[in-house]
Amino acid sequence: MYLIKIYVTYKQSILDPKGEAVNDALHRLGYNNVEQVELGKYFEIKLCADDRPVETEVDEMCDQLLANVNMETYRYEITEMEAL
Amino acid sequence: MKFAVIVFPGSNCDYDMVNALRDVLHATADLVPATATSLAGYDAVILPGGFSYGDYLRSGAIARFAPIMAAVKAVAATGKPVVGICNGFQVLTEAGLLPGALQANRTAKFICKTSPLRIANAETQFTSAYGTTTEIALPIAHGEGNYYCDEATLAELRANHQIVFEYVDNPNGSTANIAGVMNQAGNVLGMMPHPERAVEAILGSTDGLGIFQSMLTHEEVANA
Repeated sequence: MYLIKIYVTYKQSILDPKGEAVNDALHRLGYNNVEQVELGKYFEIKLCADDRPVETEVDEMCDQLLANVNMETYRYEITEMEAL
Repeated sequence: MKFAVIVFPGSNCDYDMVNALRDVLHATADLVPATATSLAGYDAVILPGGFSYGDYLRSGAIARFAPIMAAVKAVAATGKPVVGICNGFQVLTEAGLLPGALQANRTAKFICKTSPLRIANAETQFTSAYGTTTEIALPIAHGEGNYYCDEATLAELRANHQIVFEYVDNPNGSTANIAGVMNQAGNVLGMMPHPERAVEAILGSTDGLGIFQSMLTHEEVANA
């Protein structure tokens, strides 16, 4: 069993108005030293190993569904865990 | 001409579309659930506006895998018209039937207003009925209508005259003011504005009629 933590964020060329809104709100709270906020998505997937490489399956999941590769990028961390 | 209007869980412009097609244009139109797997017998497919599958993950990302989508892709491949309005446009980009993607509006606000549009390509099966009219105004209502594509894709869109509608005053930040694009073959159209909401004087405008009239005329000519 694997635990996969996936982070999906916008490419640098893509506007992130939600991140900008949070950035502005942090400034209103007085955190004027905040330079930038990027708002993305975080997934935790628990996956049973089969005969295919885990990385291949995770790449496919990201490319097909979890990220829109036109405007988003992703990275992930894979750790082994005990079965549920 | 027999239209299929696809109903995803969360579609909310489906009945407006059927009203426009049946009651105003006197065409045949059926609501077809997203769980169906065949579109046999239909001449055109429309993906209406709304919030399919709650727009969870991204607009259109889940709808793309709805059972009906294999049939929608098959219809598109045969050259019959497929039109995505608003959320339907988002579904078509997620499905890879149209290039690019729809990202959040530049202002991070949901925009609901009438938007003036330039007809960027009047020689399509979706715009021919507009004749010499170069500018129309249609309602827009979206939070993620900011069209994005990279430079290479934009160059292709321009070279192939795939940009069909452009915003006059770009309300959402769209690349190159794009409000609607079609595929290279010219039979799949996606647009954020809502033509089905502008088909009767009582609605405030009839500027949307031309799109459907163009499709009906194109079919008559094809069948003549």
